[in-house]
Amino acid sequence: MDFDLTDEQRLLRDSVDRLLADTYTFEKRKGYSAEPEGWSRALWSRYAELGILGLPFAEEHGGFGGGGIETMLVMEAFGRALAVEPYLTSVVLSGTALRLAGNAALQSELLPQIAQGKLTVAFAHGERQARYDLSDVLTTAKRKGGGWVIDGAKSVVTHGDSAGKLIVSARIGGERDDAAGIALFLVDAQANGVARRAYRLRDGMGAAEISLSGVEVGRDALLSEAGAAYPIIERVAEAGIAATAAEAVGAMETMQKMTLEYLKTRQQFGKPIGENQALQHRATEMFVALEQGRSLAMLAAMMVDEPDAAERQRNIAMVKAGVGQAARFVSQNAVQLHGGIGMTEEYAVGHYFRRCMVIEHSFGDTGYHLSRLAEQVA
Amino acid sequence: MDLRFSAEELAFREELRGFIRDNLPDDIREKLQLGHKIEKPDLVRWQRILNKKGWAAFNWPKEWGGPGWTPIQRMMFLEEIQTFPAPEVNPFNVTMLGPVLIQFGSDEQKQRFLPRAANLDDWWCQGFSEPGAGSDLAALKTAARREGDHYIVNGQKIWTSTAHMADWCFCLVRTNPQAAKKQEGISFLLIDMKTPGITVRPIISIDGEHHLNEVFFDDVKVPVDMRVYEENKGWDVAKFLLGNERTGIARIGKSKERINFSKQKAKEMRAHGKPLSQDPEFRRRIAALETELKSLEITQLRVLSAQKANERRQDPLTAVLKLKGTELLQATTELAMDVAGPLAMPDWADELEALSNEPELGPVWATEATRGYLFLRAASIYGGTNEIMKNIVSKGVLGL
Repeated sequence: MDFDLTDEQRLLRDSVDRLLADTYTFEKRKGYSAEPEGWSRALWSRYAELGILGLPFAEEHGGFGGGGIETMLVMEAFGRALAVEPYLTSVVLSGTALRLAGNAALQSELLPQIAQGKLTVAFAHGERQARYDLSDVLTTAKRKGGGWVIDGAKSVVTHGDSAGKLIVSARIGGERDDAAGIALFLVDAQANGVARRAYRLRDGMGAAEISLSGVEVGRDALLSEAGAAYPIIERVAEAGIAATAAEAVGAMETMQKMTLEYLKTRQQFGKPIGENQALQHRATEMFVALEQGRSLAMLAAMMVDEPDAAERQRNIAMVKAGVGQAARFVSQNAVQLHGGIGMTEEYAVGHYFRRCMVIEHSFGDTGYHLSRLAEQVA
Repeated sequence: MDLRFSAEELAFREELRGFIRDNLPDDIREKLQLGHKIEKPDLVRWQRILNKKGWAAFNWPKEWGGPGWTPIQRMMFLEEIQTFPAPEVNPFNVTMLGPVLIQFGSDEQKQRFLPRAANLDDWWCQGFSEPGAGSDLAALKTAARREGDHYIVNGQKIWTSTAHMADWCFCLVRTNPQAAKKQEGISFLLIDMKTPGITVRPIISIDGEHHLNEVFFDDVKVPVDMRVYEENKGWDVAKFLLGNERTGIARIGKSKERINFSKQKAKEMRAHGKPLSQDPEFRRRIAALETELKSLEITQLRVLSAQKANERRQDPLTAVLKLKGTELLQATTELAMDVAGPLAMPDWADELEALSNEPELGPVWATEATRGYLFLRAASIYGGTNEIMKNIVSKGVLGL
């Protein structure tokens, strides 16, 4: 047991931090956000040059074969910088789906393109009626000729607005909630019958409501068949939880730092407000929450590749619930301790706050995972 | 980075588990399972069994009769003892006094006291707090006046746990009332509780038990060679001791044991016509506590793995262990009490001790669960209150 990073991991962390330090001031971030897609293609190419877009992929696919720790390091840095690019959706979620689905042809076609920054892929799974239930899929795929016809709608698809391709879950058998009847397909975002309505999430990230009507795909678009697809969808969500746990830790770190700075400099009643014990204690409680959250993000990084499914799922659920609580506590108090300025659009704390709020409502919120855990109490 | 235990570490844990299973006397095990209190003779008996194996002084180096374990091994030992559950070793002897003597004691003090402390031949208590010196410990007034080869000690200590059963007391006393800073006039003395002039008066705590005492010193003669480290440098010793105390302060094993206990007992209790163990609200409470404990477990491993490199560094994360550890200890003892439902209310302690031939009034475990809840309200007070800890973090770690 040890918590030390390898030299390679340290190098990775330092080079990502260095790149983001140059490119991610709060002002520059506003610029990226104002671009049509809500993020910077130029910066995306810099990520590709750095090699992080292929981080978790095998070398044969232009990647580095990185694991949970490597992803954690990158996501923490993104959390500190409040990066807006589609790393989570394209590299982590869709990357995990492609890696695990084991469709060799699609892997060698798509993973190198993702790694080189030429293609982003969104994971179009959630549906309006499903809330957080991963098996609640109504979108259908029916056989036609050698291929399939897909009909349905996908909701709150993060970065689905700008993605070149979509990984779409669709039911090829069974009724609503039947996990075994779900399959995964690769769909070109420009294909006939795909309609995307783009909008921004509360944290400024791009997203889309996607409708699919009579979308025809070929036999080779089947990423994973019914029966095999659902466990992959679960693993994708788990990878998302592990990655956003680290991102939330990065965001909490920055909020904590900004809050401490503010407590030391803001003067009221002739002294820094940080001399008030009520605020000191709150800041200490934020520190405790941050460190407890960091411990869970580390646990997630270790557990995301754990082969024992029950053990992995139980731990990841704890991570989601625990980090969700920590992030909510830190972000709410970061705004509170700043007072009025924390409420403003022009100040960064509120942006971190909203990123944490979006993270909490992704892949099942705190309550959802706590009740999952509660069901399993032996 | 690898959070998994190595094969050696896992084998070590099995060894611990096996030893406790095979050597904890049946009558003590039974008392713990039923939730009875463990009294001094049983504690002494069990600590001697551990000491024979070389494990009682679990955090001491081999040179002084400890096993020379790594921080991870020590953690595993505590956790196995707490979750089994088996009685814990005497903390005053082992985690407080032992490391102090090893670090600061004279050779004579080490040779005389360490083996006896490990074997619980001497029972130690801690004379730190005073009526006017609680959180502000350095304000202590108990005076030690030098007269030839002796100090003459006068004053009063309070909240002295187990003083009534102790053979010796390690004590902070004021040797220089004129020192510029109050921390600079304090010395650390070892005082034989049989010395004339010492009076111990019980304080009954809210759990109805006698753990705490007031200790009065009236012209108590203490040989100068019973002073640990230099005169007026006792504050350094106290800081070292309090730092050590925090290493095991998370008491994760104890909280786990309380959760396991609650789960077991909840199967016997009912709610809404079903076993309490199936009640969604109860299960959710367990899930939330287990989540926080898991996170604290990793935090503790982070602290321990950092210790490997630099043993004495004060890690800011130890504050998280203290704050969260005590919160969870209190939350889990609260849970165990709540499982008992209305049976949490009766105080059957006297009936239990009477060992009458009448049938038992009710389940012992329920009365003991409440006693544990009441007793551990002290967890966020002893060793420095959690509020003082937050003051320390905000200044020392956060720079406020």
